[in-house]
Amino acid sequence: MKRSSWTDYQKDIADDNYYYARSCIRQNFFPGSEKVFLDILSKDLGRNIFDDPLHTSCTGIGYHSDVVPLETIMTVVARQFALMSEAGYENFTSSCITSFGIYTELLNTWEEFPETEERTRENLYKATGREFKIPKNLSHTSDVIFHHREEIARKAVRKLVNVHTGEPLRVVEHIGCHYAKIFPKKGVGGSEFPYVLAGMVESWGGEIVDYPERRHCCGFGFRNYLVQANRGYSVANSHKKLESMAPFKPDFIVCNCPGCTMFLDKWQYTIAEMEGTTYGQNGQGIPVLSYEEMAGLVLGYDPWVLGMQMHQVDVEPLLDKLGVEYDPSAKYLGRNGKYIGRPERAIVNSCSEDTLYKIRR
Amino acid sequence: MKHVIIIGGGIAGMQCACTLAEKGIATTIIEKDSDLGGKIRSWHVLFPTFTPADQVLSAVRHRLAKAESVTIKTGCEAVKITPKCVTLSTGEELTCDAVVIATGFTLFDARLKEEYGYGIYDNVVTSVDLEQMFNKGEVRLTSGLTPRRIAILHCVGSRDEKVCQRHCSKVCCVTGVKQAIELKKMFPAADVFNFYMDIRMFGPGYEEMYREAQLMHNVHFVRGRISEVSPTIDGRLQIKAEDTLTGRPLKMGIDMLVLLIGMRSNDMNPTLEAESGLKCQPSGFMQPKDSFLGNVESPIEGIFYAGAVTAPKNIGESINEGTAAALAAAEWINK
Amino acid sequence: MINFGFSISKPRTIDIDRNNLHKSNEIMHEMPELQTCIGCGTCTATCTAGNLTEFNFRKVHTLVRRGEYQGAYVEMNKCMLCGKCRLLCPRGINTRGVVMLIKRKLGDF
Repeated sequence: MKRSSWTDYQKDIADDNYYYARSCIRQNFFPGSEKVFLDILSKDLGRNIFDDPLHTSCTGIGYHSDVVPLETIMTVVARQFALMSEAGYENFTSSCITSFGIYTELLNTWEEFPETEERTRENLYKATGREFKIPKNLSHTSDVIFHHREEIARKAVRKLVNVHTGEPLRVVEHIGCHYAKIFPKKGVGGSEFPYVLAGMVESWGGEIVDYPERRHCCGFGFRNYLVQANRGYSVANSHKKLESMAPFKPDFIVCNCPGCTMFLDKWQYTIAEMEGTTYGQNGQGIPVLSYEEMAGLVLGYDPWVLGMQMHQVDVEPLLDKLGVEYDPSAKYLGRNGKYIGRPERAIVNSCSEDTLYKIRR
Repeated sequence: MKHVIIIGGGIAGMQCACTLAEKGIATTIIEKDSDLGGKIRSWHVLFPTFTPADQVLSAVRHRLAKAESVTIKTGCEAVKITPKCVTLSTGEELTCDAVVIATGFTLFDARLKEEYGYGIYDNVVTSVDLEQMFNKGEVRLTSGLTPRRIAILHCVGSRDEKVCQRHCSKVCCVTGVKQAIELKKMFPAADVFNFYMDIRMFGPGYEEMYREAQLMHNVHFVRGRISEVSPTIDGRLQIKAEDTLTGRPLKMGIDMLVLLIGMRSNDMNPTLEAESGLKCQPSGFMQPKDSFLGNVESPIEGIFYAGAVTAPKNIGESINEGTAAALAAAEWINK
Repeated sequence: MINFGFSISKPRTIDIDRNNLHKSNEIMHEMPELQTCIGCGTCTATCTAGNLTEFNFRKVHTLVRRGEYQGAYVEMNKCMLCGKCRLLCPRGINTRGVVMLIKRKLGDF
C-alpha cells in the first residue's frame, strides 16, 4: 500500500521517564502483557518507568456505561495526574485505549472549557487534598513501543517472518476506536491509515494486511455488550471483521486496545461454538496478540512468560511459524511451576488435546 | 493609449483582453503558467453540450491572436496590486489605468479526504484525472483492464466542514452526470453509480442531461455519500454508503472510483487581501462590490474581477464575466 | 452448539455484490423510466395504501433496483391501483406499470 498521509499525523512521544497507568481489562485478561511492557522498557531499552500501585481504574468502563458521571471521572483522572506529579513524573502513559481516549478527551475539555478544570481541581482537593499538573506528554503504551520500534528491531532475536517459507507474516492490525477516531491527530498515523501498529509490524519484518473492514469497530461498545440480550449486535461487529479479513489468510491479529484484544480473541470462540465457523487456517482460530506480546516475541521472551496461555485462540501454530522454541507441556504452569488450570476443549483451541502434549499439572 | 493589466490568463482573462482590445485599450496579461488557457486546457468536453473544451479555448485564442496591443507575460505572478500599478514576483513594476483580477480557483486536493484513498489505492481518480484520460482517449484500470463497475462521488471537498469547504462548488454535479454518460458510452456494459448528497442542476439543459443519463444510459443515482473506501482481496475497491432513500447501509465492490473534486478559493486570495487591501468572503473567494449590481467590481475603484476568483463558475459564466469586467473597466477608464 | 442466550445479528447492509441483480436488470430493461425516479415521494404521499399501511412504493421499488427482492411482491399487493401516484409523478413514470411489472417479475420472492 502506498502511504502518503501518516507522516502528517506525527505526535510527540516522550523518550524516557514514564508514569505508567495500567488497564483494567489488559491486566486481567492479558496480565503478561503489562509485565513484559515494563520489562521491555526497563530491561531491554533501559528506560525509566514507574508502575505506581496507588493509581486506580480510570472508571472508563463505568463512564461509558452511564454509571459514572463526567464530574466523577474527571476527578479520578485528576487524581491519577496528581499521583504522577507527586512521583516526580511528567510523561503519562496509559495501557488502555479507553483510558487514553478519556485522558485525551478530558485534557481537551479542560483546555476548551477552563471552568471544568477549575471545578475538577476543587473536587480533587476536597476529596483527597491533592493537586495535579497537566502531563507534559500523554502517550498510549503502543505509542511508546512505536517510538522505540527501531531500537527493538536492532535488539530483536527474530523477525515477523515465517521460518519455513521465509515469507513475511501477514498481520491484521486493529487500533481501537478511541485511539484515533475521536482525536485523529493524537494517534500515530491518524484514524484512516493508522500507523502505530503498522509501523511496528513493518519495522519487525511483517506485512500489514489492508482489508475492507479494517476500520470497523470490534463491537465492544461498553453498555452494548454488558447486557446479555444485546451481545448479538456486539459480536456481529467482530463477526463482520473476521469475515472480511479471513480471505487474506492473516497469520495473526495484533490489537492496540485491551478490549479489542479480548473481543477479537474470545468472540472467535463464541462464533465457533455458535455457528461452527473458524477464521484461521486449518480450521483453527486466528491468534490475537497484544503489541506487547508481539514485541516480546520479537525480543525473544518465552511465550508462557508473555502470558500467551491466557489466550482463547491457541497461539502455538503462530509460534511454530515464527520458530519460537517453547515447552508445550509447560503451557499451564504458572509462576514457580504451579498449575494454573486449563480451558475446556473448544473448536478454536487446536492444541488442547492431552494426546498432543503431555500437559503437566 | 490606456492600459489595463489582467491578472490571470485563463478563459476569463483571455476573453477580457479580447473585449478590451476591441475597445481600443491596451492590455497586459500576467500568467503564472508558461501558457495561457488555464484549467480548461486539461478538460475534455464541456457540459451539457459535449462541446470539446479545446474548441472553445481555440476560438478565444484565435480572437486574442488577432487582437492588437496585447502583451503576455507568462511565468510570473502579481504580488501587489493597486489600480495604477502592479508589482510582479520578478520585482518588476507595471503601471496601468485599471486592473482586472481573473486568477480563478484552486482545485481541491483529494488527498485531504483520506477516507477515499486518493494517492493510496489504485484506480481512485479525480474528475480532472478522468478528463485527462478522456483526452488521451483511453480509460483503463492500472491492471490494463476495462472497468466493469464505476462509482462517481459528488461533493469531494465541497459542502464539507471537515475540510473547511462549506460552499457548493456548483459545477461538480453536472460534471459527474456528464462523465457518467461519457463512461457509459465508452463502456456500455459497465455499471455506473453516482453517489450524491443533492443533485444541483443549475443551468440550461443540465436537468435534461441528468434525466437522459438515467433514462437512456441507465446510470444509477444513489442518494448517499460514500463514507470509506478500502481494498478487496481481488484488487478492487469496496465502498460504503447509505442508500438514504431506503434507509439502509449499502456496500459494493467497484473497479474505479471517480472523485468529483471541488473548486476551492484561489490560494493567492489571502495575499490579495493582505497586500492589496481587497476582501475575501468567508468561503475564501474574493468579495465583489455587490452581488447584484457590482459582480465584476472590487471594493477598490479601478480593480475589477472576472471569473471563478469570486465564486465557482462554469466556462460560459467565466467568459461572460471576462466581457463584463472589460466593459466595466473601459467605462471606468473613460469616465 | 452452545446457546449463549443471544444470537449473532445479521447485517442489514445492502450488499450489491451478494445480491442477484438479474431480475432488477430485467425490470430496468423493460421500464427504463423507473431509473429516472428522483425520490421526491409524491407517490407515497398520495398513496391510498401508504396512508393506511406500511406500504411505501418509493422505498420498495428502490430496494428492488438494488436487488433486495424479499417481500416486494407482498408489499406491491397492497397497491389498490387507484392511479393517483401516476397522475402526480413529476418524472412521468408509469407507476402502476411498475407495480404490475414488479409483481410479475418477483412473484417468487
